[in-house]
Amino acid sequence: MVTQVTSFSRNGLSDWLIQRVSSLILLAYFLFIGVQIATGIDYTSWRALHDTTAMKVFTLLAIGAYVSHAWIGLWTVFTDYLTEYMLGSIGNVVRPVLQIAVVLALVVYAIWVIQVIWG
Amino acid sequence: MLQVSVYRFNPETDAAPQMQEYQVETGGKDLMVLDVLEMIKAEHDASVTYRRSCREGVCGSDGLNINGKNGLACITPLSDAVKNNKLVIRPLPGLPVVRDLVVDMSLFYAQYEKIEPYLQNNSPAPAIERLQTPEDRAKLDGLYECILCACCSTSCPSFWWNPDRFVGPAGLLQAYRFLADSRDQATDERLAKLDDPFSVFRCHGIQNCVNVCPKGLNPTRAIGHIRTMLLNRAA
Amino acid sequence: MRTISFDGVIVGGGGAGMRAALQLAQSGYKTAVISKVFPTRSHTVSAQGGITCAIASADPQDDWRWHMYDTVKGSDYIGDQDAIEYMCSVGPEAIFELEHMGLPFSRTEEGRIYQRPFGGQSKNFGEGGQAARTCAAADRTGHALLHTLYQNNVKNETVFFNEWFATDLVKNQDGAVVGVIAICIETGETVYVKSKATVFATGGAGRIYASTTNAHINTGDGVGMALRAGVPVQDMEMWQFHPTGIYGAGTLVTEGCRGEGGYLINADGERFMERYAPNAKDLAGRDVVARSMILEILEGRGCGPDGDHVKLKLDHLGEEVLESRLPGICELSRTFAHVDPVKEPIPVVPTCHYMMGGIPTNIHGQALTVDAAGNDQVIPGLYACGEVACVSVHGANRLGGNSLLDLVVFGRASGLFIEDALRQGIEMRDASATDIESANERLVALNERNDGENVSALRKELQGVMQNYFGVFRKGEFMQEGIKKLDDLKERIDNVKLEDKSNAFNTARVECLELQNLFETAEATAIVAEARKESRGAHAREDFTERNDDEWLCHSIYHREGRAVSKRSVNFTPKTVDTFQPKVRTY
Repeated sequence: MVTQVTSFSRNGLSDWLIQRVSSLILLAYFLFIGVQIATGIDYTSWRALHDTTAMKVFTLLAIGAYVSHAWIGLWTVFTDYLTEYMLGSIGNVVRPVLQIAVVLALVVYAIWVIQVIWG
Repeated sequence: MLQVSVYRFNPETDAAPQMQEYQVETGGKDLMVLDVLEMIKAEHDASVTYRRSCREGVCGSDGLNINGKNGLACITPLSDAVKNNKLVIRPLPGLPVVRDLVVDMSLFYAQYEKIEPYLQNNSPAPAIERLQTPEDRAKLDGLYECILCACCSTSCPSFWWNPDRFVGPAGLLQAYRFLADSRDQATDERLAKLDDPFSVFRCHGIQNCVNVCPKGLNPTRAIGHIRTMLLNRAA
Repeated sequence: MRTISFDGVIVGGGGAGMRAALQLAQSGYKTAVISKVFPTRSHTVSAQGGITCAIASADPQDDWRWHMYDTVKGSDYIGDQDAIEYMCSVGPEAIFELEHMGLPFSRTEEGRIYQRPFGGQSKNFGEGGQAARTCAAADRTGHALLHTLYQNNVKNETVFFNEWFATDLVKNQDGAVVGVIAICIETGETVYVKSKATVFATGGAGRIYASTTNAHINTGDGVGMALRAGVPVQDMEMWQFHPTGIYGAGTLVTEGCRGEGGYLINADGERFMERYAPNAKDLAGRDVVARSMILEILEGRGCGPDGDHVKLKLDHLGEEVLESRLPGICELSRTFAHVDPVKEPIPVVPTCHYMMGGIPTNIHGQALTVDAAGNDQVIPGLYACGEVACVSVHGANRLGGNSLLDLVVFGRASGLFIEDALRQGIEMRDASATDIESANERLVALNERNDGENVSALRKELQGVMQNYFGVFRKGEFMQEGIKKLDDLKERIDNVKLEDKSNAFNTARVECLELQNLFETAEATAIVAEARKESRGAHAREDFTERNDDEWLCHSIYHREGRAVSKRSVNFTPKTVDTFQPKVRTY
């Protein structure tokens, strides 16, 4: 059993599941948005749509999916390529720095989205 | 004359590896790649170093990278490997080179040992064999035949990046061989030990392992079965 | 030189070595296995058809005594009956242990271990027709066995020195064996491995012949080390030629093919074994089948443009049987014979396969020598099991499927005996610096020598001599000529040149040391083959075509010093059954 504190759920199966479920949510969200835009929605209707609770929940769900999906994906990439094994001891500096940057960015995105839809 | 290019590195004398060229007279015969190496060692250069044993594809000693593809030298005929009269032989990728074509397999074996590759059954053994139906036994086909040649694991990028944490296709194939054995009782413990983000889940299903396995086995399918078992266990 | 100490050291990581190691590791004694290859690369892995044992699965009435009768008859009556009795009676227990360890045997509908017919097997002491007694894991039984043993050694945390090569035995001033000199191939370091019990499980030496089913690594290292240390070898003239080696490549095609219903045909398409062995036909003893094949070829009924092989017909069994029971054979045949056995017969020729002789031992694996008065003497500290040992359960001809049983039963027996001996306490005097130095002389000389001949050329010459003068059929004057050629080779091989003197993973050095072991094995074979003036089992002479029980119902013993050949009596006193008296051997 390999333990690694920075994995999302510290469990391979749930990471794997989250990755798949979140991708479905994101697919649904962007398809829905895409259809709206394609049908030539105007600003008023767009506002109205996003004022509904259902749409707010959907957006919240999507940002949740986005954050977890991005984190698991990037964490996987980082622990593939930016490791001590691949880069030498510098790997142990580069990876945490980038991981912190990604975490910060994702937290900012999440807060920003929440502000936009509930602000 | 066949043009053979062999990866050479002697840690005692060489600062860096290099490719050495040999001209080998095959007499137009469709030899195996191992035969060519044997000819080079016998007639050209006794210091060329590689592993070999059974020369019939069952011991798994001579896994090599042959014209860019991992395979067993003893059962790879020149007609399959040679392109434009050129044969390029390198060690298996991703593992440290000890000398020439010999790689250090410690990490590979460590992953194999990690999955506890032995039957676990604590119930008292009967006076005869434990019974197993032919159907249950058939579940082990395509799994137990692995010869530990490392062709699969060393063709797997996930294993290249994380040879210390990703079990790799060979180890996972054996992990499933024991999970699938009706006589084994440690299914839950085995699954619990695999349920981390690295051991199994670094497999991204690119199937390089399936493509190179000299015994025609399918580690990706076995990994899929392990994943299903982990899902069922969690559900 | 560094010294590493163990209670027990096993040289060889094949089936016998790993079975012995497993027994010792479970006992808690400090045990190490020295293997020149990673253990699962050992030649046991190539065993195909199965492991013969009366576990009464295919036939609930089966009896180990029937198996014993077959084995005694197969040995042409120079197998030791106490040892055969032990092997056949303990066998089932040893097989069930393997199954409990996880060996993936094929199964019957009842869920028991699948057994197939093999050559030389009978029911009811030869009266009840063909038996099916060979336990199989498809046609990959050796692979399944070896991996299972390795896995269980991993489980029991056996210490492995993988890719270490033992060069010579170390003896103390009392003549007791107190360990070996070994080279770590990866680094080139030479070490004295000290041990209270040194077990040789070094396997066979089929590479003395040009055409062999054996792996490159089967170079008689145990025989070479034993002979140089003054340990004699027994029955070295008895080499089994397997009837079905793939023509040209030498790779093995299991007897299980004939067990499943395949048969041999000559150029006329005739099933010729019906003429030579009307009852057992293609499942007669291996020596009988091999000789019949050669006779067909000599009489002009061989296949191919040169008429130099026969064919093994399997296509009538159907694709389903072939793919489920003989998948490995289909693969090998397609790769090495370019023939699909589902459609066409496989070209085959008798090929050197197994060394029936070896280091004489008792049933506990203790190595024996024979004193001046002709009595057996145990050599303190030295044990042998598997192909390198001559217990002797195979006598003049081994039955198919008996080698795996031999190595499991006697690997286990050696382990059990050593465990007991260690418990009672083994006291041996330490080797002196001189003792260690003299054991290391051969290696030092090789490393220091700057002239001499190329190892590959010498090896090829040796293999050619053995193939031409000591093959399936032998003749006194030819053999004397062969011995002269070996005499010429002796000094040249003693002085072989090591062209690469580096330390890191130097396989050239290992090959030189192996060549000298091959030579010791070949010379012993040649001298004893010339001396045994009769035909028995695998030893077939054109100038002495009959078995001569008056003079040669005995083991041959070969001492390296003076190339002396002596006789040792065969054991005819099993403990629980009546003696099987020598009879005319027909199939």
